[in-house]
Amino acid sequence: MADAGTPASELTPADVKKVALLARLALSGAELESLTAEMSKIVGFVGQLSAVDTSDVAPLAHPLDAQNVFRRDELAASLPTADALRNAPRHDGECFLVPAVLGDSGSA
Amino acid sequence: MSLTDRSATDLLAALEAGDVTAVACAEAFLDRIAATNGEINAFLSVNRDQALDEAARIDANRQSGKPVGPLAGLPVAVKDVLCTTDQPTTCASKMLAGYRPPYDADVVRRLREAGAVLVGKTNMDEFAMGGSNENSAFGLVRNPWDLDRAPGGSSGGSAAAIAADMAPLAIGSDTGGSIRQPAGLCGITGLKPTYGRVSRRGLVAFSSSLDQIGPMARSAADCALLMETIAGHDPGDSTSLDVAVPAYRAELDKPLKGLKIGRVAAHFGEGLDPEVAEHVENTFAAYEAAGATIHEVELPHAAHGVPTYYLIAPSEASSNLARYDGAHYGHRWDGTRPAEDGGITEFDSPLVEMYCRSRAEGFGPEVKRRIMLGTYALSAGYYDAYYAKALRVRRLIRQDFLDAFEQVDLIGGPVSATPAFKLGEKTDDPVAMYLVDLYTVGTNLAGIGGISFPCGFTGGGLPVGFQLQGPALSEPLLLRAAHQYQQTTDWHLRRSTALPA
Amino acid sequence: MTAATTSPFTTVIGLEVHVQLQTRTKLFCGCATTFGSPPNTQVCPTCLGLPGSLPVMNRRAFDLALRAALALNCEIASFTKWDRKNYFYPDLPKGYQISQFDLPFSFDGHLEVSDPKGAFEPRRVGIIRVHLEEDAGKSMHDEAAGTADSRIDLNRTGTPLCEIVTQPDLRSPQEARAWLNELKLLLVYLGVSDCNMQEGSLRVDANVNLHIPQDDGRVAKTPIVEIKNMNSFRSVERALAYEAERQWGEWQATGAELGSTPKQTRGWDDSAGITRGQRHKEESSDYRYFPEPDLVPVTVTADQVAAIRAEMGEPPAALRTTLENRWQISAYDADVLVNQGQELVHYFEELAGLVGEGKVASNWMQQDVLRSLNERGGVIADFPVGPAAVADIIGRIKQGDFDTSRGREIFAAVLETGKPVADVVASMGIAAVDDSDLRALCEELIAANPKIVADVQAGKEQAAGGLIGQAKRKNPNVNPGKIRALAIEMIRALS
Repeated sequence: MADAGTPASELTPADVKKVALLARLALSGAELESLTAEMSKIVGFVGQLSAVDTSDVAPLAHPLDAQNVFRRDELAASLPTADALRNAPRHDGECFLVPAVLGDSGSA
Repeated sequence: MSLTDRSATDLLAALEAGDVTAVACAEAFLDRIAATNGEINAFLSVNRDQALDEAARIDANRQSGKPVGPLAGLPVAVKDVLCTTDQPTTCASKMLAGYRPPYDADVVRRLREAGAVLVGKTNMDEFAMGGSNENSAFGLVRNPWDLDRAPGGSSGGSAAAIAADMAPLAIGSDTGGSIRQPAGLCGITGLKPTYGRVSRRGLVAFSSSLDQIGPMARSAADCALLMETIAGHDPGDSTSLDVAVPAYRAELDKPLKGLKIGRVAAHFGEGLDPEVAEHVENTFAAYEAAGATIHEVELPHAAHGVPTYYLIAPSEASSNLARYDGAHYGHRWDGTRPAEDGGITEFDSPLVEMYCRSRAEGFGPEVKRRIMLGTYALSAGYYDAYYAKALRVRRLIRQDFLDAFEQVDLIGGPVSATPAFKLGEKTDDPVAMYLVDLYTVGTNLAGIGGISFPCGFTGGGLPVGFQLQGPALSEPLLLRAAHQYQQTTDWHLRRSTALPA
Repeated sequence: MTAATTSPFTTVIGLEVHVQLQTRTKLFCGCATTFGSPPNTQVCPTCLGLPGSLPVMNRRAFDLALRAALALNCEIASFTKWDRKNYFYPDLPKGYQISQFDLPFSFDGHLEVSDPKGAFEPRRVGIIRVHLEEDAGKSMHDEAAGTADSRIDLNRTGTPLCEIVTQPDLRSPQEARAWLNELKLLLVYLGVSDCNMQEGSLRVDANVNLHIPQDDGRVAKTPIVEIKNMNSFRSVERALAYEAERQWGEWQATGAELGSTPKQTRGWDDSAGITRGQRHKEESSDYRYFPEPDLVPVTVTADQVAAIRAEMGEPPAALRTTLENRWQISAYDADVLVNQGQELVHYFEELAGLVGEGKVASNWMQQDVLRSLNERGGVIADFPVGPAAVADIIGRIKQGDFDTSRGREIFAAVLETGKPVADVVASMGIAAVDDSDLRALCEELIAANPKIVADVQAGKEQAAGGLIGQAKRKNPNVNPGKIRALAIEMIRALS
């Protein structure tokens, strides 16, 4: 069901690898292979939407037409630190522990 | 009639009258779970001790005349996608094996305050992604009507639990049909409320603009009972509707005369199983006989529902599941590198390697597939062609429903193209699996309500489901229409003979 | 204006400033925003990004953000929405930051800066946008401890931030520093943020390149460099100065122009006094922005904007002039008052209104209210003596119940005891001295001070002043002015 109007629905293993790193997934060799085929097929399938005329149609991000939902600037109870850390794979009683974060922050 | 054969409505009356104790009730269902869960695998965790303690507390309060909640003493099974402080919340994923939330979902809080006895957490497709409950990291679920068949998904555990009499009430979640489709395949009743009708706080998010929590039970009346407790505004959920909750049970018996039900000819295309088609048509006829009128309506963009859904949902999911990275909770890679196999082995830093390997280990194949798809659809260069495009088609799909509801009150039709399929039948072809959602995704994309209930059985003894969809906040009408059908039919009362009595 | 004629290049600077809004609680949850608390004591499921958690927008944060944008002369969007910025980092537990992408709540503003000493021409710096987003947590890596781990404290996640992005309108490091000072004064004044770089409530990144006029009339531009890790306004100035020279050197060596290389990020090292190139991470810049499904959009009406404008008060510059004119106080006095902040100005204006004039009120503000406030610590909003009480004391002085120095004692006593003015006055035994007592006292003093009487009779009326001290010793409540006048009258009557 691939459509000529969409970007190429054939993904290469290099494409898939790039997406995997962006998604932080250490895919195995077998997974890379099967996902390349599967994603190509799925992307081809969903690509049929390019045939739908949406030139005058705005995107619908929320099914509701709701707006302006707020809360007051009032303190609520925080979690005890022990609860916050309870499910942490590694912690030192005060902080979460992760492999060293070097250099600058992740955001540009 | 044993306690597990009785409806929730019936049991509640008996509990309130003092004819049966909450402890006896809880024991009956817990015993049933113990007897059948090995086979069905509907429950991932069972809360026996705490459930009995709670039941005992409720009995004591009732006996001493203290006030008890509206569901007091009724056992309820909760899909393992909702946060519970006293039971693990795994979403059927290795990623959250053993995870204990420090807070209860809003729905869980409401259930507790209502006096419900939470008997356990039910199995599901991992992170709610799937249509057969074969994607669970903790084993598949078997359809109580035929143990070689799937119960549907992703709320397969909750559906099977009801169908096998392991609980009189269950909570499911529905993002593209995950309550309605398994309800259809398991011969029970399931409602996906209007988006925002039930709080999503504490519902582990799959696709935030589509997810809704809803009731599953043997009948619409029982669903109505459960809805009165779980529906309502939650200021802790910005997408929660600030609208009063109707007394759903009160109007169940109002006559249906004059009800206009739409029928979509395109629903009856080639892919629809003929036995399903026959039962669905019979259901339209039954409504006509009850005084409703049937009108042909069109949903011109319905065919685009599945691809639209499979762009929006994975995109949102790819973002919602980014938090599962082994840093603050959930599974973390233990540092052992697997053998080289042509996979990804180069990482920018030990931290990135930890993320990548934790997630690769923690997530199953369908979850990975959808994260990959969603990441791709949102990424630079593809956003407009895929995600943004899907959002536009979504508006068209919603408009189709708005237009149709100008002509009719509800739209009826199949909930699934086929009855329960065999386990393993669709697992090799993701697109084939995605098409099981054909009749249900539109409801979520438009944010409206839909209910599914049994309308017959195939020659092979498999349940067939009928779906009614209604405009936003039409739950009272949906429940009423389903309930009244159930007053003149007994499909919803039948029980599988595949399990011990 | 281009740079001074002696320089072969023009330094072009744009700033990206993040300020933490001064709310009690975080942007999406009710956790406190207090700085310096023990790690992970101000967290909850929402800001921890636990499964199933949801955000709800803090109204006050949005209002403060509107205030900031209005103060910066921005257009306010009538419709604004939230977006997810997706990336993986341990201080970002959800794996995305809720921010604003294509429809920020404000845009197209400006803020001027000028130098009183004329070191640079007044500069109007355009503001591209001001948007609202949540802050991330903190990661701490102790190299010395020798472990391979970083410690993550999520107290700061979810703190509301305004991101202010300027046009590249600044033309020197000095201008940049001065502009930041002006921004800080403005935002602190309006109660938007305390803009404290040491506590991280104001952070700055800079974008800088050079424009180099060529012989053929063309203007060559060097590649833009983003500078991070500047921890004070002074660092900003130093870093920009260093970077400009560095880019000039690089230009002369390589001639590389804008567009020839990807945008570089360099970190300022304050102790070494240099910028260092940072590793460029390609894929982390694909943030896959999409509309935040857990939050609904926000609409802002003209009425709401007007209400914010009304309640935010005037910015400092305008307010100084207003007070001078309205209350006939000096520029110096207006400056002192305005620099103390809006709350104190409100207090002053209420006091001046009750008293009926500015100068006296201003004196009391500076000599008594401010002085005690500084001694006690705390803020004027919590100051136990309100304008009505001070006005009461001033009024009684005016009507002659006691003199100013007595009045200040009363003020101090009211402050200390918390009792109403009337009670304090009574307990100090201050009572108006009635006329017959006053006469009797004067008769006594006249009888006891023949020399003074003689002096007054001789025409030296000022000698009557010598009776005042004696009068006060006999009765501390006497009004010095009344004693003097009465004594003179009575002495005259003798002759």
